[in-house]
Amino acid sequence: MNTAAPAGGGESVDLRSLLADSHVSEVLDELDAELVGLKPVKARVREIAALLLVERARKQMGLAGGQPALHMSFTGNPGTGKTTVAMRMAQILHRLGYVRKGHLVAVTRDDLVGQYIGHTAPKTKEVLKKAMGGVLFIDEAYYLYRPENERDYGQEAIEILLQVMENQRDDLVVILAGYADRMQTFFSSNPGLSSRIAHHLEFPDYSAAELEQIAEKMLQRMQYRLSPSGLAALREYLPLRMAQPHFANARSIRNALDRARLRQANRLFARKDQALTREELMTIEGEDLRASRVFS
Amino acid sequence: MRITQGTFSFLPDLTDAEIRAQIQYALAQGWAISVEFTDDPHPRNCFWEMWGNPMFDLKDAAAAMQEVLACRKAHAGIYVRVNAFDATQGFETTRLSFIVNRPKNEPGFALARQEADGRNIRYTIESYAAKAPEGRRYE
Repeated sequence: MNTAAPAGGGESVDLRSLLADSHVSEVLDELDAELVGLKPVKARVREIAALLLVERARKQMGLAGGQPALHMSFTGNPGTGKTTVAMRMAQILHRLGYVRKGHLVAVTRDDLVGQYIGHTAPKTKEVLKKAMGGVLFIDEAYYLYRPENERDYGQEAIEILLQVMENQRDDLVVILAGYADRMQTFFSSNPGLSSRIAHHLEFPDYSAAELEQIAEKMLQRMQYRLSPSGLAALREYLPLRMAQPHFANARSIRNALDRARLRQANRLFARKDQALTREELMTIEGEDLRASRVFS
Repeated sequence: MRITQGTFSFLPDLTDAEIRAQIQYALAQGWAISVEFTDDPHPRNCFWEMWGNPMFDLKDAAAAMQEVLACRKAHAGIYVRVNAFDATQGFETTRLSFIVNRPKNEPGFALARQEADGRNIRYTIESYAAKAPEGRRYE
C-alpha cells in the first residue's frame, strides 16, 4: 500500500471529529467528575485514550502499527478505586473500539484455580471465554501464585493466562489488581507475566481533603447531607481514622458513613412521637459522627 | 450426496466470518452456544458427540469460534455443527443449529425395502458411510 496516498483515506485526519465520534471524552469527563484525586491514574487513562485514538487515525491513513498490548496492572492500597477505574477502563476501551463488547468480568483466585488435578485448565479457560470481547479483572492477583506450595494449581492458571494474553490480545484485556507490595513480589516471581503487562498503574492513597470530597459525593448519592456541625466532625474524624490501622481509604469512609446513618436513624427513632421533616431525614449531625470509636 | 440438515444447509458452506457472525447473532439473543460432532449422517441421529460443555454467559463470538476451530481441527473429516440453545421459559430448546464442517466425500443413502405383513413394503434409508464401524467411516 502506498503510504503517501493510501486507499480509502485522504491526506489528513481530523482527530477532533474522531474524538467526537467515539464519545470517549464523555467517559473521561465522567471519570474526572466522579472520581476524586487519582491524578496519575487519570493521566495514564488519558494517555491510553490518546494512543488508541491516534492508532485509529493511523489506521484511517493506512498505517498499520498492529494492536498495542493493553494489559494492565493496578496496584494500590485497599479502597483506592481500582475496581471502579477498571469498570471505566472497559467502557473507554469499548468506545475506542479496542474491545468489541466492553464488559468487565471480575474474578479472584477461586474463579480461576481448580481444586484437583485437571480442574484448573477448564475453569480458567471458561472464565477467559466469558471475558472475551471485554476486560478480565483479576482482583488480588498475587493469590494465584503460592510459592509455599509447589503443587499449587495457581501456576497452571497463570500459564494459561499468559498464553491467552500473548496470542489473543485482540480478544481481551487483562487487568491484574492488588496491593502494591504483594503485587511486587508476585511480579518478581513471575517475570513472564510482568513483561507482558505494558501499563503499571499505581493508585495513590487519598489525602484528607480528597476523602472529604469523597464523603460528600457518597452522601449526595445516598441523598443525605452534612450539617455544619457534621462537616466539622467529619474533618476531625478523617485524620484520626487515617492514623488507625486497617484504614481502607474510600471503603473506610463508606463504612463510617453507613454507621453514621445508623446512628442518625437511631437518633430520629428516639423521638418518634414528633413528626420529621424532609430536612431532618436528610441531615447527618455532628453527634452522629462523634459517637464513633475513633474519638474515644 | 450433500447432507442438508439444520439451518443454512441449502446454502454453500459458511465461511469462518459468516459462522462467526451467526454465533454473534445467537449470543446477542442470549442463547448458549455448543459445538458437536458425529460421523453418523442419518437425519434421525440426534446423538451427536459434545465438544466440551455448552458455553453459557459468553459475550463475544471469539470464544465460541475458538472451540469451533479446535473441534474442526480434531475432526476435520466428519460432521461438526454449532447449536444455539435458548433457555428462556417457553422455549427451552435449540433455536439455531447449523453444520460448520462436513466430510469431503459424502456417499449418501441407500433406500432399503422391507417386506412386512401381507404385501406391505416398509421403506427406510441407510447411510453408506455408516456401514463401516464408527470412527472409520470417512477415512
